[in-house]
Amino acid sequence: MHWIKWALATLVASGMAAQPLAAQQAPSAPQARFVVVLDAAHGGDETGGRLANGQFEKTFTLALSTRLRSLLAARGIQAVTTRESDAAVESEKRAEIANHAAAQVCLSLHASESGSGVHLFVSSLPPAQLTRFPAWKTAQGAWVTRSLKLAGVLNSALQQASISTTLGRTAMPAIDSMTCPAVAVEIAPERGALNETTAGLGDPGYQARVAAALAAALVEWRTEARQQ
Amino acid sequence: MIPRYQKIIFGLLLAASVAMGVTLWHLRQRAHERLIAGQDSAPTSAPQIAPSEQATLLVANDSDGSLLTQFLSLPLPADPGARARAVLGKLLDLYAAPDAAHPVPGGASSIIQVFLLPAADIGPGAANPAKPKLADSRTVVILPGDSSARPSGALSQETEQTGPQLAVVNLTGAFAANHPSGIETEMLTVLSICGTLHANLPRVTQVRFLVDGAQRSTLAGHADLTRTYLAADAVPAEEIRP
Repeated sequence: MHWIKWALATLVASGMAAQPLAAQQAPSAPQARFVVVLDAAHGGDETGGRLANGQFEKTFTLALSTRLRSLLAARGIQAVTTRESDAAVESEKRAEIANHAAAQVCLSLHASESGSGVHLFVSSLPPAQLTRFPAWKTAQGAWVTRSLKLAGVLNSALQQASISTTLGRTAMPAIDSMTCPAVAVEIAPERGALNETTAGLGDPGYQARVAAALAAALVEWRTEARQQ
Repeated sequence: MIPRYQKIIFGLLLAASVAMGVTLWHLRQRAHERLIAGQDSAPTSAPQIAPSEQATLLVANDSDGSLLTQFLSLPLPADPGARARAVLGKLLDLYAAPDAAHPVPGGASSIIQVFLLPAADIGPGAANPAKPKLADSRTVVILPGDSSARPSGALSQETEQTGPQLAVVNLTGAFAANHPSGIETEMLTVLSICGTLHANLPRVTQVRFLVDGAQRSTLAGHADLTRTYLAADAVPAEEIRP
């Protein structure tokens, strides 16, 4: 009987000691995971546009995705990519990868010789209520408001890096089905006042500036997300 | 010496040959006259010279991603479908010009046809807003006025004559194949077509696209061509710019 009393006393004592320990650990609990989905557009037979240096859009977007993933990893941000090689990925599959990742940001990466600077596009779906089972083709509707805010953060970061931007709305099957704040980022050459090209898509310096600005924007977005 | 019966047979065969030759020539003449008569009876009408009217074009500009309103005086046919085709043809001619701000090859011949259809089917259980209501992102139900007190047949006839219209723009495959690839450039083409149609035919509130008469997933890899675009999507330039 004596040993039973001793065991109970030990248990009670250890339980009482555990409470303050748990209380101490609570503030430093691991923060919610922050995942970014990088969707390098096109791939495989679907080459996308042909750029001025002869490169296909699919090659450019894959290179940008890889570069951006490295920059994000260096900042402690986990990135999920929709493709790692020159493979064809259906738009439904891209959205599926993004939705399974439960990401806080989805960036669809594109490139074009038309226009100037970086074009940021948000889905043209009207804002909708978040439902348990959203319709596949209009799932982005519940996230459009957040996507517009994300576009604003990206826009600010790019402008701080002295890169001209254009904001717009678009209808694209891949981002219309994503259940995360999603923005299509289309990179075009930088042009001057007379429409002359000041930095082409093949310019490594320009690519680095764009990638760094996007990474900075995502770090800021993570900070905002954690404050909410 | 040729026997008498052979002479008679030869004479008969010669007469038959001449008769058949005459008949053949006569039939040929009749067939020729019938052909000419048939051509004359074809219902061809002389081309009418349409009077020039002011057309409003929403012209895309790649440099700042905007749509700018441009007014032009064009000879426009009275038929709405032909009118829509003429206006869009002029728009695409501007894009095909060497110094275009939104260069797209093809020109007016890229528009095969523009069909105008009633925009909405009004069912008995349908909601009844006075202004456009988005049923979902892909389709729009536009219901004019109070429909509940009127018979559905009269309403559908009235809607057909005065109600909103869906324009189906049938483009050539060559236009889509040669269109520059990119989200911005493709969206500008789509929105400028939608906006130009609505500016000149205000009843057109929705626009769908076909390529060579069939549905196509995207214009040149980006802009979704499977959805119905609202004319309201083509907003003025000031609202598109950041």
